[in-house]
Amino acid sequence: MTTRIFEVQDVRYCYERVVALDGTSLTVPSGVRVALLGANGSGKSTLLRLLDGLYFAESGVLRFAGEPLTEARFEDESFSFDFRRRVGILFQNPDVQLFNPSVFDEVAFGPLQLRWPPEEIRKRVGAILDALHIAHLKDRPPHRLSGGEKKRVAIASVLVLDPQVLLLDEPTAALDPQSQGQMIDMISAWKDTGRTVVTATHDLHSVEDIADYCFVFEAGRVLAEGTPSDILQDVGLLRRTGLLHSHRHTHPSGEIHSHPHQHHDH
Amino acid sequence: MGSHGFLEGSIQGFLRALEHALESEELARRNGLLQSLDPRVKLIGTLGLVLAATTSRRLAVIAALFALACLLAACSRVPLRTLMFRTWAGALTFTGVIALPAVFLTPGPLFWRLPLLGFPVTLTGLRTAAYLVSRVETAATLSMLLVLCTPWSHVLKALRVLRVPVVLVVILGMTYRYILLMIAAAREMFESRRSRTVGRLDAGQRRRMAVSAAGVLLSRTMQLSGDVYLAMQARGFRGDVYVLDEFRMDGRNWVWLALLIALGGAAVWAGRS
Repeated sequence: MTTRIFEVQDVRYCYERVVALDGTSLTVPSGVRVALLGANGSGKSTLLRLLDGLYFAESGVLRFAGEPLTEARFEDESFSFDFRRRVGILFQNPDVQLFNPSVFDEVAFGPLQLRWPPEEIRKRVGAILDALHIAHLKDRPPHRLSGGEKKRVAIASVLVLDPQVLLLDEPTAALDPQSQGQMIDMISAWKDTGRTVVTATHDLHSVEDIADYCFVFEAGRVLAEGTPSDILQDVGLLRRTGLLHSHRHTHPSGEIHSHPHQHHDH
Repeated sequence: MGSHGFLEGSIQGFLRALEHALESEELARRNGLLQSLDPRVKLIGTLGLVLAATTSRRLAVIAALFALACLLAACSRVPLRTLMFRTWAGALTFTGVIALPAVFLTPGPLFWRLPLLGFPVTLTGLRTAAYLVSRVETAATLSMLLVLCTPWSHVLKALRVLRVPVVLVVILGMTYRYILLMIAAAREMFESRRSRTVGRLDAGQRRRMAVSAAGVLLSRTMQLSGDVYLAMQARGFRGDVYVLDEFRMDGRNWVWLALLIALGGAAVWAGRS
């Protein structure tokens, strides 16, 4: 039987008067790659922050491996350390995640907070920098890196803890095509590794590569769920949730017109 | 700066400060005398020497401490040019504004009279100004050496070791991190505004624009800073500062600590009136 890593039951969360999540319910099984699909402002990023214990639900229940994710639970240092060790989050904007004076310090920040032995930290940081091909950047200030390099450093700062669960917020946003491809390849490679990956995205091109199961969000609620192929075939659903766009193009006959479509159909 | 106004000039100044902050981290990683010392030794030694410089009542003692600071800079591979532009010029400007009137207004024996204006320069006034400027220059040079030769995260850690309250240390750390983000946001905002501005704005328009820009910037900074804090929490931050390099008080560090404390003590003793 598959273990449930996250359980979300009827969760509500507001930013002052703006409702971000309104009765959201879903379950994320362990070892599965899940995509949260939805237009901007549909509540995906907020849910990721709730799943990472950075925000706490106003009502409803959130559980991680059966443990309730509440503010009081995170005051327990042993629970907090264990959770931070097992769950990593990649923010959409890498600049908020890179606040140390050098790339090496940045990647070492998480292990230091979890008070790993210094030799272990040096070894693990060196290994992850090598694995992501950014060892040559280790002494550079993160603020001076390109967008793709920043994203890699941000990924390294999360992966260095070898978390079982990864929460990724728009991992390919604002990246050039090559960096986007590398990011998608990396997430694809996590299939069947036992790692749970929850990716918030509105990029339909990569969904089949990065997810085994999808939840479609609209106005803070889960509107539909299913495998990537089920979701991608439901044009009505995608159009309703703002995930399809009208694309103006020219046919070989010279006719120019526009209609909603998915790029993977072409 | 010219037509871009005061605010954009200030942003350019902030950008230069950002460059300096990044340069400081590079200096702190060089192989030099101060860089090789334990941050606690540097912090305690600097505090002692600054105390001696600010309490000394003998110019010769302050001059000796200034010379010591220059020697430490040379041994730590800190370029004199960096000290000249980033410390001495600034300190001289600010203290000069305060010290200059003292030269004329402090009562005492006449030293010289300004030609044409006839203002009297008194010996006591000159001495007061010399004390003020030399104390500030020496203290600023020593403090700048500490900052230049120590990674910022180590300065924070040293402060924690010296029992400075954790909340103060965290606020210092946050300030450093957030200011980098704020400067980048401000630069983008002003570049965007400049790209959409045609001709010259009058003073009133510039003021209104500056006020609205400040409001937007504050709001963006609050959001960014909140996100940075969340990113830190997500990686296990719970309010304490940890750095990888464990501080090691080996024999050499104890010798330097003793030497710096002895020098500070000797300077305090020699600087008595």
